[in-house]
Amino acid sequence: MNEIGLNIRKLKNKTFTVVIALFTILTALPLIFIIYYVFRQGIAAINWQFFITLPKPVGESGGGIANALLGTVLIVLVASVMAVPIGIMAGVYMSENPDNRISRSARLAVEVLNGVPSIVIGIFAYLVVVIPTGGFSSFSGSFALAVMMLPLIIRTTEETLQRVPKALKESALALGAPYYRVIFKVVIPSGLSGIINGVMLAVARVTGETAPLLFTAFGNPYLNWNISKPMANLPLLIFNYATSPYKNWHRLAWGASLILIIFVLLLNITSRLAIKKWKIRF
Amino acid sequence: MENSILVTENLKAWYGDNEVIHGISMSFPQNHVIAIMGPSGCGKSTFIRCLNRIHELTPSSKTEGRIRLDDESIYSIPAIMLRRRIGMVFQKPNPFPTMSIFDNVLAGYKLNNIKLSSDEKDEIVENALRNTGLWEEVKDSLHQRGNFLSGGQQQRLCIARTIAMKPEVLLLDEPTSSLDPISAGKIEDLIVDLKDNYTIVIVTHNMQQAGRVSDKTAFFYLGRLIEYGKTDQIFTNPKHSKTQNYITGRFS
Amino acid sequence: MQQSRRETSSAADEQEASNRLKTAVHPRYRERLFQIAITGSVLVVLAIIGLIFSMLIVHSMPSIKAFGFSFIIDQVWNPVTSKFGALPFLAGTLLTSFLALLISLPFSLSISIFLGEYMQGSRLGEILRNMIELLAGVPSVIYGFWGLMVLVPLVRDFAMAINEPPYGVGILAASLILAVMIVPYSASVNREVLTQVPNDLKEAAYALGATRYEVVRHVSIPQSLSGIFAGILLSLGRALGETMAVTMVIGNTNSLPSSLFSTGNTMASVIANEFTEATSTLHLSSLIEIGLLLFVITFIINYIGRIIIKRFSVSVR
Repeated sequence: MNEIGLNIRKLKNKTFTVVIALFTILTALPLIFIIYYVFRQGIAAINWQFFITLPKPVGESGGGIANALLGTVLIVLVASVMAVPIGIMAGVYMSENPDNRISRSARLAVEVLNGVPSIVIGIFAYLVVVIPTGGFSSFSGSFALAVMMLPLIIRTTEETLQRVPKALKESALALGAPYYRVIFKVVIPSGLSGIINGVMLAVARVTGETAPLLFTAFGNPYLNWNISKPMANLPLLIFNYATSPYKNWHRLAWGASLILIIFVLLLNITSRLAIKKWKIRF
Repeated sequence: MENSILVTENLKAWYGDNEVIHGISMSFPQNHVIAIMGPSGCGKSTFIRCLNRIHELTPSSKTEGRIRLDDESIYSIPAIMLRRRIGMVFQKPNPFPTMSIFDNVLAGYKLNNIKLSSDEKDEIVENALRNTGLWEEVKDSLHQRGNFLSGGQQQRLCIARTIAMKPEVLLLDEPTSSLDPISAGKIEDLIVDLKDNYTIVIVTHNMQQAGRVSDKTAFFYLGRLIEYGKTDQIFTNPKHSKTQNYITGRFS
Repeated sequence: MQQSRRETSSAADEQEASNRLKTAVHPRYRERLFQIAITGSVLVVLAIIGLIFSMLIVHSMPSIKAFGFSFIIDQVWNPVTSKFGALPFLAGTLLTSFLALLISLPFSLSISIFLGEYMQGSRLGEILRNMIELLAGVPSVIYGFWGLMVLVPLVRDFAMAINEPPYGVGILAASLILAVMIVPYSASVNREVLTQVPNDLKEAAYALGATRYEVVRHVSIPQSLSGIFAGILLSLGRALGETMAVTMVIGNTNSLPSSLFSTGNTMASVIANEFTEATSTLHLSSLIEIGLLLFVITFIINYIGRIIIKRFSVSVR
């Protein structure tokens, strides 16, 4: 009687293991396949021309995505310039004053902001920047992306700085240094690897975002350096060209997808390796 | 007659509503080593943290009473200026991890944005490291970060960093309790050497250490000064029964 | 001056340097500026959230005044006659999100059990875990592109085979792509939850002679049930806000979906499609009201999820 019971249990266990392994593979497969597919389609589109020419009008073959490459760099750069200082300083405040009302409300606000759908942030940027300035612009797109970057940067800055031991700060203060110098010269440098990691992750996240740019940066078939005018951008281009019926534009979209995926993956991998290498342990 | 460089009068301190120091009056004679000992929770760390006004950095802390350095109230000068004249070394060695050994010694100057010529820098660093007995051990790796140093060496680096500013008083908060006995011994020798140039207040929970390094010893209990006098007198002929109980190990 | 300097002992130089140190005065305004900067930055964050909510409400007002509560239950969305009802999109959103959640749950749970119970601490497990987190970072628009080119034809063929309207695009395609997208996120949340089960509990079960399946079924899962539930809520929150991939494969029809194979729209996708071409202030305002609804719904779901997690001290990225 016991023998049979034991065998049934063993069987259940084996079956379970098999089912779990199967499902895991079934899950991994489509994901790996998607990456592979993007690579395959994208490689076919990439050549030297791809990076330095503009998209050709419908019907003509060839062309490149120079406008979108430049646009992505500019939009993300301006967004970072806005989000990084504010994010880090807010993180400093929250780690130095962890228990007061402002910090506790801010922590809640950061979590809420993190969960706001990106298209709602796009609406917000439209209402707050595009309407008052009278038109679509790269700057309004950067504004939307900056709002999305803030929660990540603030959260990692606060967590990193909280791990810096209090005695380090007190030693610096005991040397008679003013508070702000202690923060800038001792506390922040000790947590730099974590802070940079947060910034890199935030950049990786917003570089691939399309929804917030649909009605802010809007897109532009030409090369544009002016941030007060509409600007092209990789994810936007992919969206517009992928949903068009033109084969040539599909080709460009695949190439753009490849570039985008490589960039985002590289950024994620680098930030992981960097944090392992440079992290100061306490 | 001893010249008292640092004096407290009826010093009281609170954490929130909790009074932890109940009116302590002490005077610290110049170029002496004064040890403060007592069981844990007796307020010795809090006491010295009042002396360089680090205590007031804790939220909801309060102090009352007078403290005078060189006969001027320490509250009449900005705290950050006071702290350059009264230096502090903490229990756990903590050289700044992002600075080289060289820069660590000069940290007091760097953080205060004092410009030094490179000759001045070299002099200050070498003298401070020689005075803490570290020079021979690190002179070839001055520009590396200090994390390869042993615990004892790191603590001596922290002391070097503090004396590089030439303070008048050195506050040491249990400086050897996270070190092995050999390193602790080296630091104790260093303390005795340093008293020629500095007045040293050392908080310790190790009675024998107090006996070894100090000229005068104070015994604190539950936030009060129970007895204060010459070290050999305290240990051989204490006047107060609580002191007697403490040094005979009735409680620790 | 120079010569006498060199002749004086270095001790005097040092003393001079330390005297400079002791008398150095820092202008108070720098300290104050610093405090203003960091306090200001935190207040900016609070202001942004308040501003988002208030701007959404203000600009939804025209639509709220025109339609009131019927906005949520009306299924006619007609820019031409200026009648706007959001039911088709609410239905589309809820349908695709719940379906995606249902489809993805067994897979994400399997992965997290696999990683959490079978592969703890091994190198392969760590590689897999990193791979999953990297996959969670692939942009939505790329999933959508792939979905459009590969998934949609598959769904179309499938629909033809079972005699359903062969659009390819539609609710099913959108749910599938959404499921694929939330699996990495959901898997890492569940894995974190499962690794929080105290080891001694599991070891006690093993010591009683339980098989791995039994430990998972009777100890790990029940112990982390609340965390798993919270993870489901968080994944739901993610799915609700997902825009691009869904927009590209859902077919963009403003009517109530009648089956899995019909086309439709979600709240996010109708905004993405019609915002820049809104024909009137009322049209725009209605779209913004949909944005407001989306904001509120995701807020509530995320909030409940986070509360459950905090209550049971599980920390989640």
